[in-house]
Amino acid sequence: MAFNRRKFMIRNASWMLMIVLLLIWEILCIGLNVPEYLFPAPTAVWSAGIERWEPILMHAWQTFFTTLVGFALAVGVGVVLGVAVGTYPIVYKALYPLLVGFNSIPKVAFVPVLVVWFGIGTVPAILTAFLISFFPILVNVATGLATLEPELEDVLRSLGASKLDILRKVGLPRALPYFFASLKVAITLAFVGSVISETVASNKGIGYLMMAASSSMDMALVFAGLIVIGVMGVVMYELFAWMEKRFTRWANRGSNSVAI
Amino acid sequence: MEFVTFEQVSLAYEEGGPLAIRDISLSVKKNEFIAVVGPSGCGKSTLMKLVSGLSEPTSGYVYMNGRQISGPQKCIGMAFQASNLLPWRTTLENVMLPLEIVQPYRSQMRKQRKEFEEMARALIARVGLAGWENKYPWELSGGMQQRASICRALIHKPELLMLDEPFGALDAFTREELWCMLQDLWQEQPFTVVLVTHDLREAVFLADTVYVMSKGPGEILVKREIDIPRPRTLEDTYTEHFASQVHVLRDHIGAIRKH
Repeated sequence: MAFNRRKFMIRNASWMLMIVLLLIWEILCIGLNVPEYLFPAPTAVWSAGIERWEPILMHAWQTFFTTLVGFALAVGVGVVLGVAVGTYPIVYKALYPLLVGFNSIPKVAFVPVLVVWFGIGTVPAILTAFLISFFPILVNVATGLATLEPELEDVLRSLGASKLDILRKVGLPRALPYFFASLKVAITLAFVGSVISETVASNKGIGYLMMAASSSMDMALVFAGLIVIGVMGVVMYELFAWMEKRFTRWANRGSNSVAI
Repeated sequence: MEFVTFEQVSLAYEEGGPLAIRDISLSVKKNEFIAVVGPSGCGKSTLMKLVSGLSEPTSGYVYMNGRQISGPQKCIGMAFQASNLLPWRTTLENVMLPLEIVQPYRSQMRKQRKEFEEMARALIARVGLAGWENKYPWELSGGMQQRASICRALIHKPELLMLDEPFGALDAFTREELWCMLQDLWQEQPFTVVLVTHDLREAVFLADTVYVMSKGPGEILVKREIDIPRPRTLEDTYTEHFASQVHVLRDHIGAIRKH
């Protein structure tokens, strides 16, 4: 019995921690009598969310949409550049410093430029999501390709395989686990990008909703927005984690037994 | 008939750098089984790269079938100390890999997949892996992985099989079992073999001719024909004659070390 209880605890640990944290939050807010315009209790956030579900849903959809479009762009560009960087040393040498430099720029600093070019709204949000999330995909795909065992390459080359053959038969399948691992990171970053852009320059999306709500001291709505972003992030993350497990089972064997 | 010929071959990996091998001259007859032994760092693997065309000699010539080698050769089978099986492919799919690359199999793959699969299954059964065709490499033991790796090296019926310490990571019993397996395969359907190894007993047991190499830069010190009749059995390895062959080779290597 004791063993089963332990299993039960491990399986539901994330839910239980969340409930405990919400309880502490609620008790602190009520016990210390924190005013709602500073730090609303979970119940207040909940009722604000229920009350204004319609605008929240509309803005959440906008954020979700821009994030996914930006993310899709990032996957496309990340994979193509990653394959180029991972396959051709010259592309690596030429491109890498530039990419690292670009990745060091805080993307929020880039949003005003995008606004000048494309106006406020959806396009800068999509582009910010793209800019912030393509780098990890590129790096991981390139790493997966570049760490190919030289013996394996010799085996294939001694069969007369072309560079494309090696890429198709070995390089890409081998890079797949790296790719899926990067998708999990990239999707969360994409949410960060789109929301940043929306808070700076948009009249749609959860970011905009939160900015508007905080300027009218509607903290319950701000928190509701935060939670919606968090939930969307977790759902997408889990989706890609599931895909990773499904398509690259060979790379994380053994973890199935740990996952109970 | 000469199949592979080295003429005064030297190779330095960097221009003006130290030579990895120097003035190697040897010739391998068609369907001959040769072994190259020597201390680590004597350029045995370099030799393999030269034969397969993955490296070019700095000076001298390498010929295969009377033609000078330029660029990666087709129709060579290779196996290494690590089995290098692809973890996302089953044993059968791993063994079939060369058929997806080498002509004429490649273009016939779509039509004749069934026949090729039968061919692969037969070879897999031949090395004692029947029943493991649909397992993934991590489900196989080290010895089984190595068997599969040798299947992959032979499935496209290469004229030349190159083995770079293929049994180096295996335990003694498995290793001896695989020696016998390899000898059987080779006797049934002859092909030319270049075996690179540290293990003198392995070299004497398997090879027709053993070359002893010296350390950096690699040079061939001794060429020795092994006249033990075939098929050789593990019993033979305990005979006086076998032991004396190993001993002679060992003496040459010992002499290298003293310099």
